[in-house]
Amino acid sequence: MSTRLSTGGRLIDRTKLVEFSFNGKRLTGFKGDTLASALLANGQTLVGRSFKYHRPRGIVASGPEEPNALVGLGGGGKFEPNQRATTTELFNGLNAKSQNAWPSLEFDIGGVNRIMSPIFPAGFYYKTFMFPRFAWKHMFEPFIRKAAGLGAAPTEKDDDRYEYFYAHVDVLIVGGGTSGLAAALEAGRVGAKVLVLEQTNTWGGRAPVDDVLINDKDSSKWIKNALSELKKMPNVTLRARTMGAGVYDHGWATGYECLTDHAPEKNGPRHRLWRIRAKRIVTTTGAIERPLSFAGNDIPAVMLAGAVRDYIVDYGTSCGDVMVLATNNDDAYRTAIAQVKVGLKVAVILDARVSVDGALPNQARKMGIRVETGMGISKVKGSRNVTGVSICLQAGEGVPLEEIKCDVVAMSGGWSPIVHLWSHCGGKLNWDANQAMFRPDPKRPPLGADGTGFVIVGGTANGYLDAKSSMQDAISQCRKTLKEIGYKPTASIPLKAFAEPEALIEQIWQMPQGMSIKLQTKTFLDYQNDVKISDVRLAALEGYESVEHTKRYTTLGMATDQGKLSNINGLAILADSLNADIPNVGTTTFRPPYHPISMGSIAGDARGKLFKPIRKTPIHQWIKDNGGFFEPVADWRRPYCYQQEGENVQEAVTREILNTRNNVGLLDASTLGKIVVKGPDAGKFLDMLYTNMMSNLKIGRCRYGLMCTENGFLSDDGVVARLDEETFLCHTTSGGSDRIHTWMEEWLQTEWWDWKVYTANVTEQYAQIAVVGPNARKVLEKLGGMDVSAEALPFMTFVEGKIGGIKARPFRISFSGELSYEVAVPASDGQAFWDMCMKAGAEYGIQPYGTECLHVMRAEKGFIMIGDETDGTVIPQDLNLQWAISKKKDDFLGKRAHLRSNMVDPSRWKLVGLKTINPEVVIPDGAYATDGIVRENGVKNMIGRVTSTYFSPTLGRSIAMGLIEFGPDRMGEIIDFPTLEGKIIKVKICDPVFLDPEGVRQNV
Amino acid sequence: MLNLKCPNCEITADETDLHCDGQAHIERFGTGASDDDLETYLFMRHNPKGVHFERWRHVFGCGKWFNVARCTVTLEVFGTYSAQSLVPPKSLINKIKKKRPEWEGFVK
Repeated sequence: MSTRLSTGGRLIDRTKLVEFSFNGKRLTGFKGDTLASALLANGQTLVGRSFKYHRPRGIVASGPEEPNALVGLGGGGKFEPNQRATTTELFNGLNAKSQNAWPSLEFDIGGVNRIMSPIFPAGFYYKTFMFPRFAWKHMFEPFIRKAAGLGAAPTEKDDDRYEYFYAHVDVLIVGGGTSGLAAALEAGRVGAKVLVLEQTNTWGGRAPVDDVLINDKDSSKWIKNALSELKKMPNVTLRARTMGAGVYDHGWATGYECLTDHAPEKNGPRHRLWRIRAKRIVTTTGAIERPLSFAGNDIPAVMLAGAVRDYIVDYGTSCGDVMVLATNNDDAYRTAIAQVKVGLKVAVILDARVSVDGALPNQARKMGIRVETGMGISKVKGSRNVTGVSICLQAGEGVPLEEIKCDVVAMSGGWSPIVHLWSHCGGKLNWDANQAMFRPDPKRPPLGADGTGFVIVGGTANGYLDAKSSMQDAISQCRKTLKEIGYKPTASIPLKAFAEPEALIEQIWQMPQGMSIKLQTKTFLDYQNDVKISDVRLAALEGYESVEHTKRYTTLGMATDQGKLSNINGLAILADSLNADIPNVGTTTFRPPYHPISMGSIAGDARGKLFKPIRKTPIHQWIKDNGGFFEPVADWRRPYCYQQEGENVQEAVTREILNTRNNVGLLDASTLGKIVVKGPDAGKFLDMLYTNMMSNLKIGRCRYGLMCTENGFLSDDGVVARLDEETFLCHTTSGGSDRIHTWMEEWLQTEWWDWKVYTANVTEQYAQIAVVGPNARKVLEKLGGMDVSAEALPFMTFVEGKIGGIKARPFRISFSGELSYEVAVPASDGQAFWDMCMKAGAEYGIQPYGTECLHVMRAEKGFIMIGDETDGTVIPQDLNLQWAISKKKDDFLGKRAHLRSNMVDPSRWKLVGLKTINPEVVIPDGAYATDGIVRENGVKNMIGRVTSTYFSPTLGRSIAMGLIEFGPDRMGEIIDFPTLEGKIIKVKICDPVFLDPEGVRQNV
Repeated sequence: MLNLKCPNCEITADETDLHCDGQAHIERFGTGASDDDLETYLFMRHNPKGVHFERWRHVFGCGKWFNVARCTVTLEVFGTYSAQSLVPPKSLINKIKKKRPEWEGFVK
């Protein structure tokens, strides 16, 4: 059983007890523990159940590569599923729950899957859920949805805060081991701006665990000195608990800093996402140990040799009293030596290699440890914890030769350099058969903006596993990098690292070599997704040759650990099954992030009110205070209506319409786009942009205009006013101001750059207040100032002057069909002008009105609305707007496209008015008209659709507009609009102008 | 995330500050154009594996348009230049040819 040792543990502080709970059990650990080390210290080897078979699983690793020990942390708004126990720092009150187990970890009903495992082979889902077809939707999918998923999704809103940090540096160094620190010293000493990221809270990496000597002294001394030198450098930033998460184009990288996960009592953001632009990225990310593939290698207390060593040296925790070590390399012997050094037992070292004569094996032998060469594990015994192993010849088929009792199995299949960051942006790998590893190919790096490689790998990550060459490589890589970005490296300070030399590894991909099928079905490659050797071999047998396909078919490497432990082992088995070499089978693609990062960190501060800023008009607060019921209009918020006490929305809209038609209404039209177009060529430019002629517009006059895309489709509309000879003011739709301004600039900058035109978007410089209704003139006249009479200010004109003492530019334009003044005043005077109008208008029955009233009134007049009557496929001719298309102009945007055969097709759906036979019935929005014909495919033939549909209080009946095939030629015809409920609404085609077709009301 | 230097304001900006708007140097065909010319103008675009000329706009910056020559495979940027040009500058074309001798050259 695992337990806390009486002494040792370089990272823990035995004077500080930490209380935590696991599945409700109250346990204690020490400050400096990870959740994993504290669980092991409490004898808790069983920590979870596997995803597919619900097999009991224990801690395998000591770092982010851990596949099994996933827990749910915290509760409520702080709940977080799928947290690795091995990277979770212990704190007082930590509350962890195991996953994938119900009703309890010890007794898990899903474990029945284990017994049924023979019927869950590779590609099980693909094979099983195919037929019958209906069963997918009604049986399989609901069941899978319930059973699938790792952990449980949080149900409450995240209580924490997250933020971004931006950094621009010369050199980003990822990995704060001895190689990373050595590289940082090189870069720091020449004055380069350096950022060093280390994912754990400890600098120096594995060197202290592996008894590395630097300059003849314990490596921890050198690490301490290096850190203090780096901390003194103003050009160097060191960040612990910050993982290099991803590398992207042109030297962009992300870092993931955990700020309060280990100290929840701290204030401030929980995670910080670093967004880094670096000239060069040096990755000194080390290596990950691989498991060995033998039967029962997933039973709790079968662990990576390096992890067992970490728990002894770093946390003073034994993973078991009696160890069996299985290996194919020398490094693992360090674990056996460490086990014996702290007074525990090693029953046997099983080395798959036949000839073993390195310094470390000999040291083990000298310590009296039994070393068996050419041997391996036939099978691990035990279910919830290892109880022993049967050993066999590695070269054989697994005949058990001897049973050995033990309570921990340490295994090492060699080390794989962590090449993720190198590969994220396209760096390629070479297979090093001697060292049984993929390592970066320096000739094929990820390329930056200048076409040179921008990621440089150093040290162990570059394939130099021993301390001495690793540090040397990191230093020389960094010096080379510094030269590339224009720094002259200083004279090198001599550095001498030493670790016991190691003999060559032997490639061992399954143990024993000729393992039977039965053993293969108990041999796990991917612990998290329960993929076994037999699954990969079956996939190969069924014809899967590509590693990418096999990955998806078997789910190998597709779990949250992204195959950190399993990829190479699985790849080797696939290669063996296909009789191919490993490099010919290739690797799967590494994608960021290296290790899962929180969604919160990706969102940063962009949540709630900060998710997207909203635009507010000068009248916004008044609207809010006066019953305004807001709706989003582009980025603006506009009042749909103003609700009075006891009134529902529909009642408010009806009241506003009738009041505006009969008395006077006030509309905040400030959101209307306003773009000034100025210059000697302004008229010529607008002639190209609008379908109408604008260059002949007289000063002081207004003209309604249409804009089309080059495809001929209607894109925006609005009134253009000519301010002086060279200046036009173009009004756009509320949602269109930025888009149309950009559109103008695009043409001016990229096509007609020699035209003398300047544009300015002045939308927010003016408040625009529409005074609308029969009493509108009386209100303005009462305010006093400029002459607003019909003679001085006729329809479709504007004048500049002062109204009520405020500088104003009233436009006699109308979107309601009523007498209407749209008065532009400086934004800062907007509220004052509004207040004056409300006050002066009181005796004339003035009331504010919202967007729905505006919509109904314009529909009563048959005025089109961009986005209702248009949808990106509608041309002006469809809306009977030929009168607004100039025939005199040679060219305008969209003119040529209007001549395309499809655009002149007479059967195009065209705008008409629609009156329901029953005046009370309003056609549902988006309804389609049919003609009774059923097409070959069984679908009803559609001959049009409704584009705007309302109940008109003015007319006391329902009105609608729609696009109908041959519409204008079918006046008076009755057509059908089927509803979703299966009813049919009978509708008569009519003129789209329902109210005042002569325009008497607006032109007074 | 691409990093491009805006030739208008000289700022080297992140891709999130920029907006790409496809192929550069498209010739406009207006009134009187044949159906084929109109089709080419509206719809036919290069999609090269390699050297490409694009229009970009410094949206969250100076707001100005510019052109970029880059490799669609390696993302190498050969240069950025004024949007007010009918063809890429000679010096840029020579630079690309030198780096990519197999390149067919600028095609409108």
